[in-house]
Amino acid sequence: MIKKVEITPENEKFLNKVNELSGQVVTLCEQCGTCSGGCPLVGEMDITPSQWMRLVQLGLKEVLDFKAVWVCASCFTCTVRCPRKIDVSKVAEALRQIILRKAIDYIDLKAIPKDELACLPQIALVSACRKFTG
Amino acid sequence: MVDNKSPIMERIAEANKAATTGIDATDIKNWIEIYIMGKAYKVPADLTILTAMEYAGYKFVRGVGCRQGFCGACATVFRKKGDYKLQTGMACQTRAEDGMYLVQIPFTPAEKADYDITKEPYEASVFIKYYPEVTRCVSCNTCTKACPQDLEVMDYVQDAIRGDFNALADISFDCIQCGLCAMRCPAEIVQYHVAQLGRRMFGRYGQGVPDHLRKRVKEINEGKFNQEMARITTCAIDELRKIYTEREKEPE
Amino acid sequence: MTTTKPETTKTTATGNSKIPYYPGCTLKTTAKNFENSALAAARALGIELLEIPRWNCCGTVFSLADDDLIHHVASVRNFIRVQEMNDYGLVKNENRLVTLCAMCFNTLKSTNLRMKNNAEDLSKINDLMYREEDYQGKVEVIHFLEVLKALGFEKIHDRVKKPLKDLKVAPYYGCMILRPQEVGIDDPEDPTIQRDLLESLGADAVDTPYKRVCCGSYQTVKDKDIVAELAYDILTHAQKEGAEALATVCPLCAFNLDHRQKEVKAKHPDFTEIPVFYVTQLMAIAFGLDGECYGFDQNYVDPRPLLRKKSLIEQQQES
Repeated sequence: MIKKVEITPENEKFLNKVNELSGQVVTLCEQCGTCSGGCPLVGEMDITPSQWMRLVQLGLKEVLDFKAVWVCASCFTCTVRCPRKIDVSKVAEALRQIILRKAIDYIDLKAIPKDELACLPQIALVSACRKFTG
Repeated sequence: MVDNKSPIMERIAEANKAATTGIDATDIKNWIEIYIMGKAYKVPADLTILTAMEYAGYKFVRGVGCRQGFCGACATVFRKKGDYKLQTGMACQTRAEDGMYLVQIPFTPAEKADYDITKEPYEASVFIKYYPEVTRCVSCNTCTKACPQDLEVMDYVQDAIRGDFNALADISFDCIQCGLCAMRCPAEIVQYHVAQLGRRMFGRYGQGVPDHLRKRVKEINEGKFNQEMARITTCAIDELRKIYTEREKEPE
Repeated sequence: MTTTKPETTKTTATGNSKIPYYPGCTLKTTAKNFENSALAAARALGIELLEIPRWNCCGTVFSLADDDLIHHVASVRNFIRVQEMNDYGLVKNENRLVTLCAMCFNTLKSTNLRMKNNAEDLSKINDLMYREEDYQGKVEVIHFLEVLKALGFEKIHDRVKKPLKDLKVAPYYGCMILRPQEVGIDDPEDPTIQRDLLESLGADAVDTPYKRVCCGSYQTVKDKDIVAELAYDILTHAQKEGAEALATVCPLCAFNLDHRQKEVKAKHPDFTEIPVFYVTQLMAIAFGLDGECYGFDQNYVDPRPLLRKKSLIEQQQES
């Protein structure tokens, strides 16, 4: 499918925001797909890491509508393999942060059944709170 | 006994006269200006925030209690003149100062978890079960800085995360549940409720029944105090007064 | 824990000085078996790990957003505790901070690197924590496996009293001690440190391509199924290579690979359970240490039948 994308100042603003939060230059990505190929969670994602990189390059905010960056487990496999030395997991964090900073959480602690909470080790809940709540 | 002769105590006594007896304002020598919810009020110097507010015309129905610094009802946040730091205190225990900006936080919205400690195992998971948000702590220490009781609040939150009931109960023992920690917490933790759960669990499972309590309950059951109780409950009021004033007191 | 009155430095019986040790929350609860076995094994090697006073939760994950500083405060606070241990004489000129938990290790080390490389960030954090002494940036965060490697695997081999003969264990590394590269302690693609350790204990180390594949980490809170699928791949690949057990140094990997076998089994009825050890539990067995430190009660899949089969624990040994 061919889609014409017009790069407006608004798109550039979004790209710059992601660059700023992640400390990466997302436009360096040459879409080789190494990140997607090595991602252990890619099978659970609705778009692949290289796809979210592309969407950000084009400054398309619709990237925020996909759940892929929430499925990312910050395992840094993409980080160590990117031939362009882009830290893709930092880009995922930037996208999560853009949403979390609007006070929209990905998990609702009160919705987790109490008996399930009681079974979770602290390490699981602390990390989930840091990644999924703002 | 308080030394009423010292100059500062005299000033405080004089200032309080204005609030308590309504003496003429011209009798007051030292005045300060404070800002209550942004509005300036001229009040006698050396009053507590609570009496200064009452002097200014506030009547407290809620947000005041023991006036002794124990009940935690009159939480106040303030900034002093020329200082960026947001400070906290109990209005009944904190002296109003010239140029102070202040507001009462009489209540902290917070949900207290519904639990039955007799049905909970004595395990760290109890904190995560009822207050999973404790795991959101970022160790910023804002709660500790906010505590008017100078408790190490952050430390006991950390104890809750790792399930150290003993340390939590020890550190949080003097909590007066004013809620200021929870009001300032960026992680939206309700520290004082978490501590209460921890102390209840520790009291029931961690501490055990102390020997002196066991001994005293036994004595009561054996009727050791029956005769004395009968005397107190039946004697004349003057006699009761005498017994009260001459009673054996715990050392101060 | 409460603040304890500083004691003066005591050297251990073996003459070694103490190294500050950061446990982390989970090692005090569901991974108590990790801590107990590691401390006992370290002691057997003459390494005294001294828990830092008033430590706080590190946050378990390193915040990756460039403008976010508040989530690094927790780690830096712990580094200040290490400085204080030196100030009070609890340790002598000892800036190393040892961790057992892989996630704590990654978070603490990543934060430390950011503080060391960015004076402005450090200064802001020091300002925020004006009640604490300033962090000077001198702490070195190291993982327990690095301590063992520095000691030498031959020395560890010398200490073995009960070699883990015929025990086929697949070392599982996960992510946090390998990646990112500047934080990792080994080759991120082909790590060997746990293999070397297991072999020094006399075990057969089984290699599997899944040794460095993520277990799903904190997704275990949101979606158990994701973790169950990853755990299924990791565990069955180890089994295909002949492994009878796995070894790890991460309490979250341990939870996902061991406790989540319940979910794996529910999704894949053909799956057969396999024990997951903390590598330090295997050290404790091989060193012939008191069974009390093994803590097998906290393992979800009971490893005792396997260990009995290999005559590594007594028939009646229960703990």
